[in-house]
Amino acid sequence: MSRDALVDTTKKQDEPLNKEELASGALAIQATDLNLWYGTFQALFDVSFNVKQGLVTSLIGPSGCGKSTLLRSVNRINERFGYVRTQGKVEVMGHDIYAPKVDLTQVRSQIGMVFQRPNPLPITIRKNILFGYGLQDSTKKIDSQEDEIIEKALKEVLLWDDLKDKLDKSALDLSLEQQQKLCIARLLPVKPKVLLMDEPCSALDPKATEAIEELIWGLRGEYTILIVTHNMAQARRASDECAFMLMGKMVEHQRTEDLFVTPFNQQTADYIEGKFG
Amino acid sequence: MTMFAKTEHNVRCYATEKRWKALFLLMTALLILPVLVILTLLIVRGGPAISWEFLTAFPIKGMTEGGVFPALLGTIFLVSLALVFSVPLGIAAAIYLSEYAPDNVLTRIINLAIINLAGVPSIVHALFGLGAFVLFAGFGTSILAASLTLAIMTLPVVIIATKESLQSVPHAFREACWSMGATRWQTIRRIVLPNAVSGILTGVILEVSRTAGETAPIMFTGAAFFLPFLPESVYDQTMALSLHLFVVATQVPNVPEDLPYGVALLLIGLVLTMNALSIGFRIRLRNKKKW
Repeated sequence: MSRDALVDTTKKQDEPLNKEELASGALAIQATDLNLWYGTFQALFDVSFNVKQGLVTSLIGPSGCGKSTLLRSVNRINERFGYVRTQGKVEVMGHDIYAPKVDLTQVRSQIGMVFQRPNPLPITIRKNILFGYGLQDSTKKIDSQEDEIIEKALKEVLLWDDLKDKLDKSALDLSLEQQQKLCIARLLPVKPKVLLMDEPCSALDPKATEAIEELIWGLRGEYTILIVTHNMAQARRASDECAFMLMGKMVEHQRTEDLFVTPFNQQTADYIEGKFG
Repeated sequence: MTMFAKTEHNVRCYATEKRWKALFLLMTALLILPVLVILTLLIVRGGPAISWEFLTAFPIKGMTEGGVFPALLGTIFLVSLALVFSVPLGIAAAIYLSEYAPDNVLTRIINLAIINLAGVPSIVHALFGLGAFVLFAGFGTSILAASLTLAIMTLPVVIIATKESLQSVPHAFREACWSMGATRWQTIRRIVLPNAVSGILTGVILEVSRTAGETAPIMFTGAAFFLPFLPESVYDQTMALSLHLFVVATQVPNVPEDLPYGVALLLIGLVLTMNALSIGFRIRLRNKKKW
């Protein structure tokens, strides 16, 4: 099956969402009154923000507006800096991820993250895909399902045909586009519900960007995707809902087509018209 | 005249350029010259002294004849035992400092202390070893005390080399691991260490070659002037190449002129072999890296 058959981008805006949970409008991420400080610098101010299950939601805003910080508090990767302080609540699939009993490694493995620069590990493609999966299960020695897992993950990111014969090559030999797809593929074996993407296309050329956008659109439904982007055209093309942030505050959150056509807020209007950025 | 023709200013610049280049070349040549002279002298004078007997026999007739076997073996013992102590300790400490320690005042003080420790003269280490291991710990002048002294001396360099190679592994890899739910140790074990191992090995081997040549730290702590037999345990003294060289060169009368050159050649040969090994390792392992 060709890529085009798998992901038809021409009808994405008006395609009806067929999954039940989409119709129900259930929330995958629910942030309530989130405040976050880096040392004494406050990066988020009372952010309340909901992401619906199965949709692609994009976060836009000028540099330093807190969009990446918000994204990074959804898998608590922010906390690798010792000086981060978080206040408020973030629920993912109905579970408070800042609750005391929550295990940090569980949070991070079940909430996948894709970075700005593709960062495959310096090991083979096969090991990259099994890495996250293997972390959760130290008992298995030889798993007969491994091949199946790899094939499934690579098929989901449309890489299987390209890579099936070189699974034991280093992942660093791949093109940037393939690397970024692999970085998405390696999240899938642990069956995450939510994928966070921090400007996943900003290191890629336009053609690769298009391919990743198509892929993200194809993953929609099964996964809830929250994506930070600098690229307003991308937010407009490839997201169901869009949220605009400014100076650490959530300014506006709407369906993408509405936000870009009839924003409520004057600041949103100014930003999407390119008056500042 | 085209618009791109050489001006007088350009000509002057080229002349200056030439003079500086010549100066730098001269300085480099001056650096290499002594090394070449030393090596040539050693090979010419010491070469004839080296023989199978020289490597495998005991010194005889007041160390004026025979071989250097006990000294060669002693150096190998001392260095190996020193590494057994310093390498695991040094690597563990470097992993802590590089991967776990929070960036605070205490960590910075520790790092600074390690750098300064690396610069402490070996005679100071020798006296420390004498006080701490020979006298206080009661090991006496022994291989154990001498090796521990060498270990203390090599420790800072092992830590620094290990830390540097750990930190040369791109941070993005760690972030990728953490974001997938790996603990720090899983990250270190699976990604950081395998990619740092070439640098660590290089550092350790270079340190071995430096340790092999040290004389002061072992002189007071475990190396003997002359022993007619091999050590039987780590509580015995041993001969060592570096001290033996000092002894035959300055302390013993009627030594044939070529003998000290032979010992020096052997010592330098040992060191150069280790260095070559280290460079070989580095090249082999570096070629596997892709960043």
